[in-house]
Amino acid sequence: MSVETGTDPTTDPTAVNAETATATSASNDGATPSSVTMTKALNQALRDSLADDDTVLVFGEDVGRLGGVFRVTEGLRAEFGSNRVWDSPLAESGIIGTAIGMAMNGMRPVVEMQFDAYAYPAFEQIVSHVAKMRNRTKGRVSLPITIRIPYAGDIGGVEHHSDSSEVYWTSTPGLTVVTPSNPADAYSLLRESIASDDPVVFMEPKSRYWMKETLSLPVTTAPMNRAQVIREGTDVTLLAYGPTVRTALETAEAGAEHGLSIEVIDLRTLSPFDDETVSASVRKTSRAAIIHEAAQFGGYGAEVAARLTERNFTFLSAPILRVTGFDVPYPSPKLEEFYLPTVERVLDALESWDWEL
Amino acid sequence: MTIDVPTTGRSLPQLQPISFIGADGRLTDTPTEGLRIPSDATLTGLYRQMVLVRRFEAQVTHLTRQGRLATYPSAAGQEAAEVGATTALAPNDWLFPTYRDSAALLTRGVPVAEILAAFRGDWHCGFDPHEYHTSPAATPLATQTLHATGFAMAAKLKGEDAATLTFLGDGASSEGDTHEAFNFASVWQTPTVFVLQNNQYAISTPLREQTNATMLADRAAGYGMPGLRVDGNDVAAVFAAVSAALERGRNGDGPTLIECLTYRMESHTNSDDPTKYRDTEEVEHWKQFDPIDRLEKYLRQTGALDDARVAEVAEAAEALAASVRDAMNAEAEIDPRELFAHVYASPRTALTEQRQVLEAELAAAGHA
Repeated sequence: MSVETGTDPTTDPTAVNAETATATSASNDGATPSSVTMTKALNQALRDSLADDDTVLVFGEDVGRLGGVFRVTEGLRAEFGSNRVWDSPLAESGIIGTAIGMAMNGMRPVVEMQFDAYAYPAFEQIVSHVAKMRNRTKGRVSLPITIRIPYAGDIGGVEHHSDSSEVYWTSTPGLTVVTPSNPADAYSLLRESIASDDPVVFMEPKSRYWMKETLSLPVTTAPMNRAQVIREGTDVTLLAYGPTVRTALETAEAGAEHGLSIEVIDLRTLSPFDDETVSASVRKTSRAAIIHEAAQFGGYGAEVAARLTERNFTFLSAPILRVTGFDVPYPSPKLEEFYLPTVERVLDALESWDWEL
Repeated sequence: MTIDVPTTGRSLPQLQPISFIGADGRLTDTPTEGLRIPSDATLTGLYRQMVLVRRFEAQVTHLTRQGRLATYPSAAGQEAAEVGATTALAPNDWLFPTYRDSAALLTRGVPVAEILAAFRGDWHCGFDPHEYHTSPAATPLATQTLHATGFAMAAKLKGEDAATLTFLGDGASSEGDTHEAFNFASVWQTPTVFVLQNNQYAISTPLREQTNATMLADRAAGYGMPGLRVDGNDVAAVFAAVSAALERGRNGDGPTLIECLTYRMESHTNSDDPTKYRDTEEVEHWKQFDPIDRLEKYLRQTGALDDARVAEVAEAAEALAASVRDAMNAEAEIDPRELFAHVYASPRTALTEQRQVLEAELAAAGHA
């Protein structure tokens, strides 16, 4: 399996290094490999899930005829009919709320929130009901709902189209929060999310929709709930997820040119957090930094830094760093480049450590 | 240029609420929209259930004042809407109640201890929703209206002969989810009945500060579904209207909104003081329309009820009250370890670790 640069015209065309070939330990049924975008992988995951299980339903705004604004659901309505894939009225709380009722009646709804900030009207249904139904009912009612949320920026989107909303969901007990960074994982993790009896918030990094990989679908990568070391190193561990995995890999490349051996971990699932894999890496390298697009204060990186410190304090040579978006609302397209964590910003952060320790 | 104006063919509901039995126990001469008064046998059953739930509400309210329950929202005065609507459900239908619908849960057959588990603080939902075809009572306002819509949509997709009924209040009618549910249900033509119990107050806010609309039932027209305005204290009217709406849904004709005009006789919960927001004259006024008194008068006229039967029902109500007292006087056994048991379908390392913390604390405190 190899990885090539996407054709997304709005993003930095910097090629992803071939070392990401180890990004997933993929297996497949021997079909002929082809170039697959993340969008295509997600589309195929939905198609295969719909074909395998009659209870799987796909609905949301514009997911039917149009195939979604990012075309993730393209062709599914034509193939499976409007009783399995359909356009819902425009109302996010309504989409999630009705998905809850459908799941209570034996269905596995896969719903789309179109854009990250569009999920906010559905916040109450997600937090108060989707996340809690199993607990409220002592396990008698489970809600196998997959909530697809395209998230994060770097696509030149206007206001409310580029938020990183992951921490709202990760701080909610009862939810599983998944975010792939590459097409193979996008396929495999979405299949696993739909099959899960727990509700999953499936966050799709918009800026990676056009990323291509040569692979054969169907593909099974590492299980959900496990982080993966996708580049080995000995000096520092970089933690990333979704859109920042590429940033981390590029940083590792740049660091190598300066003699720095950087290990990169793709978290893949944000909740639950895979302490085991991450702690093992940090104990090896003794230094860690996490990169995310969301604002820093109270962000996901704060949780990561805290729990890694609690578990590995005596192994650390330096404080765990966060390289994140600034604590400002996600900016307009012309300011994105100043907001997003870049390779240079990550390298600068690493340089701030006292490397003599 | 002419413009084709699409029409849903829906007209606004009549201002005068549908009613069969007046406050004096006599048949009214108000329009009934083609509905038929239920049989005396049905009405006698509804009478019995209303007496039971009123005694239940009184007993639970009393126990709450004694501190046996953390809080309790009574539906005293709303028996006709609670019982009339719920009784219309077939066993295979699903009910989506709110926090004030314990009377509906009782009518649905949920055991007393399981209804009250949430208010006593034992667990958020004390019963098995699948066993009673009843969703956990929703506290966030109007959220359950969407669950009822989605459940009905799944039933429709699966070809099940099941409808859903959801209760909401006049306060909840201002929430966005109500409007989304009305719209989704109508667009999808789901077999859903929205029973809007207009009990005149959202905690302390009166209806006139809740809406500037003439009535809440006419909102249905804007969503392309029928709306009915019913005397919510006339159980005959509620039962007839809801039965017809459920049948309509099962026939594939979509949802119905039924506004039940009623009155909450008690406070919102034990923690508010209704004398601060309404006067005794108003309460006394509504007592004239008491749902149980009028039905008793009517059924005595038809001969379906007599002193002996009334006494028998009263005795059953006392027995129910005693069972409520017994249930609330018995301490439920709660295992603290269950905190971690029902969060996820699959085990999570972090929860396992946190459970070990709790178990160590329990052991240190001498708990088994």
